[in-house]
Amino acid sequence: METSMSILIGVLFTIGTYLILTKSLLRIILGTSIISHGVNLLILTMGGLKSGGPPLLGQHDTTFTDSLPQALILTAIVINFAVTALFLVLSYRTYKTLGTDNMDQLRGIEDE
Amino acid sequence: MNNTVILPMIIPVIAGLIMVIFRNNIRFQRLLSIFAILAVGAVSLLLMNQIRNEGIQTLQAGGWAAPFGITIVADMFSAILLLTTSIVSLFCLIFAFSSIGREREEHYFYPMFLFLISGVCGSFLTGDLFNLFVCFEVMLISSYVLISLGGTKLQLRESTKYILINVISSSLFLLAIAYLYAITGTLNLAHLSLRVAEAGQDGLMTTVAFLFLIVFSMKAALFLFFWLPGSYSAPPTAVAAIFAALLTKVGIYAIFRLFTLVFYHEQETTHFVIGILGAITMVLGAMGAVAYQDIKKILTYNVIVGVGFIISGLASFTSMGMMGSIYYLIHDILIKALIFLLGGMIIHLAGTSKLKDISGLIRNHPYLGWMFFVAALSLAGIPPLSGFLGKVFITRGTFEEGYYWLGAIGLITSLMVLYSIMKIFMNSFWGETYLSREMEKGTTNVSTMLPIGCLTVMTIALGLGSEGIHEYVQIATESMMNPILYIEAVMGGEPIR
Repeated sequence: METSMSILIGVLFTIGTYLILTKSLLRIILGTSIISHGVNLLILTMGGLKSGGPPLLGQHDTTFTDSLPQALILTAIVINFAVTALFLVLSYRTYKTLGTDNMDQLRGIEDE
Repeated sequence: MNNTVILPMIIPVIAGLIMVIFRNNIRFQRLLSIFAILAVGAVSLLLMNQIRNEGIQTLQAGGWAAPFGITIVADMFSAILLLTTSIVSLFCLIFAFSSIGREREEHYFYPMFLFLISGVCGSFLTGDLFNLFVCFEVMLISSYVLISLGGTKLQLRESTKYILINVISSSLFLLAIAYLYAITGTLNLAHLSLRVAEAGQDGLMTTVAFLFLIVFSMKAALFLFFWLPGSYSAPPTAVAAIFAALLTKVGIYAIFRLFTLVFYHEQETTHFVIGILGAITMVLGAMGAVAYQDIKKILTYNVIVGVGFIISGLASFTSMGMMGSIYYLIHDILIKALIFLLGGMIIHLAGTSKLKDISGLIRNHPYLGWMFFVAALSLAGIPPLSGFLGKVFITRGTFEEGYYWLGAIGLITSLMVLYSIMKIFMNSFWGETYLSREMEKGTTNVSTMLPIGCLTVMTIALGLGSEGIHEYVQIATESMMNPILYIEAVMGGEPIR
């Protein structure tokens, strides 16, 4: 299971990197979003996917699955959600004000 | 257990949240933000004295013991940085009162400013790697808002790139955390230090250390500084000053913390690479500062030189170098805020940042001119001003360790810094006076001159009275060079492995 998860994470990172390297701002934002999904899955996989029963007291398991990665991911998802929302709004505003979403044209001129 | 440790983190948050309710009452927001920052300053003074008398202060949130709960730690290094942060943010805030504009004030400038301070303080205080990530994000999200607030074309264009860079580096940060968790099974810094020391820092661990170095280098503008000159010249002066003073320093703090507490076993690899990165950063930054003829560009490149120099002290990893780094870090936070405020003031008066269009300001603004002169000397590390002591200690540290090239590059680049900053002074203050008082684009007033004056006095006082803080810096150096002090304070001497 860990192996197929690792491959999936690799695929997500590839797609994310490809999208970030394109010129359209919207695609770049989607790329960052996909990469952060890859990172979340990586945290889950790195903690070990299933090494015992659910981490609940009163259950009759002797080994428990590590629940910390899930807490970390939950926090990371919330932060990522806020940042992506802000980034999308800002890029829309940039598009409206500057009239372009092409990164080449957002480079800026030396004299201004 | 000491509950005061968490106060610098939550006072600004609570004050900021209250301000959001009273959106249109600007006077109340100003008062509350000053009060909140003064409170942070008072608490950090209190903490400094507690740490001096009783050792490193910790708080285990909710009473959960160290590796399981959330740990907040204040050692002397953090406390000194907290105090400096509160001083600088107070002056930048006062500067903002008259310069930031009604429009921005009504759109949550003060709450965002306080959230930024809270994120910075949190990063200095946290004893847990994941909480460091969270505090970084609190700081960064507020900085995203501050850099784009106002929505001019330049700001929108630069903030897009700034956010993109930081989002990617945050992803890398999480990636590094995930790898480290897989190897060690903990994220508590003290516990990490124990586990890494126990298992030995093998190749895998060193690779993860380098991943962390890349992440923090991106935030601290160490070598990976390509984003900085653009981003820091976009926002208004008060915001640019607080960014230049604090944001890169948080990255530097994180590098110091990780590479003195956790990854200190393979110094010939990690610290050597850090030294090389520092040297390249200094050279490239100084070249940028010398090459440009634009006030904003020269100042932003000076931020980069400072980062490289502070990092050189860590690369030497001697007590002398560390002590120098702490002195220089305090100096650099103060002086970068001061020089950005002064530069912003010149641009405000002249209406342009091009050096060739500015001349002879000293006729109408003698105080501004002389304060700029003092700040310029202090930036280059001329005695008896505050930059001198740190520069001496860092240089001695690098020489002691045999990194002569690193110390030499540090000294040569200081000369280039002096040249670049004198270029601004001579071009804008000397020469024929183009602009009469009436033709100037802006004016000086108490609210803008007071913070500049106070910071100038502080840089002189810190230079002359460095004996006064020596004891504290000494303690900070000791606790950084002996990770066991930090570990014992956090783990409480319990045999948890």
